[in-house]
Amino acid sequence: MLRFSRTSRWSLMAIVAVVLIFMYAPLSVLILNAFNERQISAWPIPEWSFKWWAVAFESEPIRAALLNSAIVALGAMTIAMLLGSLVAFALSKYEFFGKGTVNLLVVLPIALPGVVTGVAFSNTYSNFLTPAGFQIGYFGMIVAHATFCIVMVFNNVFARLKRMNPSLQEASMDLGEGLWGTFRLVTFPQFRTAFAAGALLAFALSFDEVVVTIFTAPPGVDTLPLWILKEMARPNQASVVNVVATVVIVLSLIPVYVSQRLSRTENEK
Amino acid sequence: MNQGSSKSSTAPSQTATLSAVSLKALNKNFGDITAVSNLDLEIPQGEFFSMLGPSGSGKTTVLRIIAGFETATSGQVFLEGSDVTELAPFDRDVNTVFQDYALFPHMSIQLNVEYGLRARKIPKAERAKLASQAIESVKLTHLADRLPHQLSGGQRQRIALARALVLRPKVLLLDEPLGALDKQLREEMQVELKRIQREAGITFIFVTHDQEEAMRMSDRIAVFNHGKIEQIGTPREVYESPASSFVASFLGVSNLISGAAAKELFGSDQLVNVRPERIKLLKESSKVSEGEIGVKATITDVAYTGANTLYVLESDGGLRILATRLNEELPGQELGLEAGDRVLASFRKEHVAKIPN
Repeated sequence: MLRFSRTSRWSLMAIVAVVLIFMYAPLSVLILNAFNERQISAWPIPEWSFKWWAVAFESEPIRAALLNSAIVALGAMTIAMLLGSLVAFALSKYEFFGKGTVNLLVVLPIALPGVVTGVAFSNTYSNFLTPAGFQIGYFGMIVAHATFCIVMVFNNVFARLKRMNPSLQEASMDLGEGLWGTFRLVTFPQFRTAFAAGALLAFALSFDEVVVTIFTAPPGVDTLPLWILKEMARPNQASVVNVVATVVIVLSLIPVYVSQRLSRTENEK
Repeated sequence: MNQGSSKSSTAPSQTATLSAVSLKALNKNFGDITAVSNLDLEIPQGEFFSMLGPSGSGKTTVLRIIAGFETATSGQVFLEGSDVTELAPFDRDVNTVFQDYALFPHMSIQLNVEYGLRARKIPKAERAKLASQAIESVKLTHLADRLPHQLSGGQRQRIALARALVLRPKVLLLDEPLGALDKQLREEMQVELKRIQREAGITFIFVTHDQEEAMRMSDRIAVFNHGKIEQIGTPREVYESPASSFVASFLGVSNLISGAAAKELFGSDQLVNVRPERIKLLKESSKVSEGEIGVKATITDVAYTGANTLYVLESDGGLRILATRLNEELPGQELGLEAGDRVLASFRKEHVAKIPN
């Protein structure tokens, strides 16, 4: 292991502290302001209150947005779980022509700028599908999210399958278990934590996505991030926005945390 | 594992008409590489049969074709007379002990051993009982609730064996099962495997690259090289009468002599082999006795290996000869030969094995 002198250790720790403060101070200010009694964010907070939480809870548009976010994230996650693990299986178990290309094409959407993905989907929907008579609407938003959510499930499951001992499946069949039984009893238990971890990451990614959503959300439909964006345009809603933003942060962090725990316990075995 | 049914303990000779496994004109190619080339093989019931060869010689591929993990490019596989060439592994009455044991890491030892019984839809109480007996027969009852990663290599190996044998297969396939064990444990397991095989009366097909292991356990050995069987025979046959120079040099240490040197010594230029332990070292001035062949040589190297001493000789005709002598005496009290000494290396004529090709 690399050893540092006392001075360099202290300076490295200081750098880490500064970086973390830069990353998390704004978030902390936002979360604290969710408990600000005033309508406008301020520092220091003059008076503490749960007032805006009550307002947010009562608000019909916010509830609708939360429901939309949940539906879209769950939908995108479900598609990603299915397609992501199927692709992971194909790429980890079989050799075929164009394998490298498929691998790249599956991973690419996560690297593409959201605005490009958004415009591409929006154009496809409005210029091709709608004229052809397909009103894709709400489902189109879910599909657009799924494109980059697939990567999360794919990466996790693919890495696990690569590490899996192939003789386990052979042993199962050798002992008389058929293909489905072998998958259910041996293969799936081997990658289920990676599968769940990938799914949670996909959920988190979709839940707070904003750019692709702007382009693909049908008229009049808001997700939580979209609602925040629109409210920010109005000056006097800062505190309710802070409450909603806090909810988005928490709902995105929990899946990421659980996902990390899942991956860790599996790696320690 | 002594739950042997009366059927499986029948002596091999009575059922010799029906081979446990027979392979007909088997071929297997991986792309351009020929792994198995036109192989025919009959393995009688109840035999301990070893497939011996260097890595890449096709022995593991043949095992995997019998198990059903690989499909043959052409040819047929029969189990007790019925054609299983097209059957999936789960439809074949054979079981495998894998090199890495392949125990299911998320299941307890008990559940691992129950796995095959469960696939055969045996009622819960019954399969728990059978599995417990199998675990007991390998003396690991106290570990039944553990997970595989909590067991040592030797213990895992015995569980893998119990998991396969609890199904009473017609044939048990073993893919270098002792390869990962240390020497002492490996020798214990060799004895154990042989005992289990004898008591259960199951046909064992054992893949190994360790010639000593194969000789120690097997009824018959098939020596593989380049996807072909060079020779099949009892350990004694393959060691004493090797069918090819490859067999002679793969099993034990050999002194292969051919051409002019052979002509001068034996009157024929055919390839022959003399095992190093059959060569006696005498004083240079000694007379060669009746029925023996003597070669005058100089010792170029002496290596002490514990039980034996290895002498490397160079004959006056330029032939390199290896001779081993058992160290019956303490070092220094035996022959007292050193590098540079002149000797007469002598061996009996019947110890010269002619090699057909």
